[in-house]
Amino acid sequence: MSRSLLSISELGETGLRRLLDISDHMAEVNRRPNPKVPALRGKTVCNVFFEDSTRTRLSFETAAKRLSADTMNFAVSQSSLNKGESLRDTIETIGAMGVDAFVIRHRSSGAPWQVGEWTTASVVNAGDGWHAHPTQALLDMYTVRTTLNRPVSLDGGSFDGLRVAIVGDIKHSRVARSTTEAFKLLGADVTWVSPRTLLPPCHDERVVSNLDDVIDDIDILYLLRMQNERMNEALVPHLREYTQRFGLTPERAARLGEHVLVMHPGPMNRGVEMAVDPGELRGNVINQQVTNGINVRMAVLFDLLGSGSDHALTAATSSGSSDA
Amino acid sequence: MTESSPGTQPGEKQVLGPDDVRRAITRMAHEIIERNRGTTGVALVGIQTGGVWVAEALAGEMSRIESTDSEIAVGSVDASLYRDDIGLRPVSPGSVSNLSFTLDDVTVVLVDDVLFTGRTVRAALDAIGDYGRPKAVQLAVIVDRGHRELPIRPDFVGKNLPTSAGENVSATADGVVIS
Repeated sequence: MSRSLLSISELGETGLRRLLDISDHMAEVNRRPNPKVPALRGKTVCNVFFEDSTRTRLSFETAAKRLSADTMNFAVSQSSLNKGESLRDTIETIGAMGVDAFVIRHRSSGAPWQVGEWTTASVVNAGDGWHAHPTQALLDMYTVRTTLNRPVSLDGGSFDGLRVAIVGDIKHSRVARSTTEAFKLLGADVTWVSPRTLLPPCHDERVVSNLDDVIDDIDILYLLRMQNERMNEALVPHLREYTQRFGLTPERAARLGEHVLVMHPGPMNRGVEMAVDPGELRGNVINQQVTNGINVRMAVLFDLLGSGSDHALTAATSSGSSDA
Repeated sequence: MTESSPGTQPGEKQVLGPDDVRRAITRMAHEIIERNRGTTGVALVGIQTGGVWVAEALAGEMSRIESTDSEIAVGSVDASLYRDDIGLRPVSPGSVSNLSFTLDDVTVVLVDDVLFTGRTVRAALDAIGDYGRPKAVQLAVIVDRGHRELPIRPDFVGKNLPTSAGENVSATADGVVIS
């Protein structure tokens, strides 16, 4: 049974910390003039994206190539799915060509689990419906871990006491779900800032309905993309009203503490959730998030395809050996 | 040499004590200086994780012996992404490569604690090649325990230690222990 990365909750705290530690190694590789290592030579990674994506697909492809894996890209628009081939047949066909890992994005929640039933290859969830986007959560955690400079240090990578506000459309956001889970696993306090119409039906998070209520007491401001479709569904009355209560306006930006990080998963709606020029924000780490996306995705692929298959076992035996 | 020093557990045998290790490092530092006619253009690169303290100790001794004002370049290299047995060993957290200087036209002394099959050294040589083109690479180890599987030979050795392949050898500043 091969291993997979499907959600932050299945990964757990230990797995999350392990991947963040491996990301340090990958970040070092990516700082070199020649950012390429032979770690996954002979492995094949297939990107299967059933939903539009630029950054995630390119990020996974770059990550695989920097580890010397071969990549295949499956574009749904040019595929036999248009001739009526089922998802299962597609996965089995590609699998028969010899694939070690599928990176899958699908509009249906749970699709990566279903794919995992049909293949012996590893499966990486690159976003399924409204449900989960674990590598986004990983890159967010890695960005916080490497860039946050606050008075109280993050000893041992713990986020204890870190105050996080996640702002926007929580209900339809797999990013919000995965990133909230990851922040909480590492010990941060998460507050959702969202209109009631854009909250999931059941949850146990602290919720406020105006960004002004929390903006003076946070360490991380995490803005979500406000999708125009939501307005057509009458969940938000008007984008201007949304910006008034939930957007990062110049007035609010002036109130942010000096150490506060401003994060966004992209793509960004300027003038809506981001009503200032992000380049002028002191704590803007949005580009670092994109850079770190490659680091953490390399860590994920290496962990699944290259590292020891049984972590409990290898961790126990590696402590005593120092053979060269 | 003591067989039952306070730090050892049952089933462990200490073959070098802390003083023996210190003296071996001093001798190796002299040998490295002699071979390279000084410390100019020499960089010490410890293999993560066991070789890092050895490289630092050697550099300390070398600058003491030569009493040079210029610091000897010390770095570390993580070979885990270059191994041929990937899948058998995990990367260890915190053992990230740290090479803040160029390796082009430098004599690199690669440093590790225990030399065994030679596969780690092979991987470290590949890793070093990705950072630059050294003038030469030499190899210094505290313990050579034999059982080489590749044509790799150390230039500076603290102690040649015949072992059986199943034994485990650890070398720290506190001594060399077989278990």
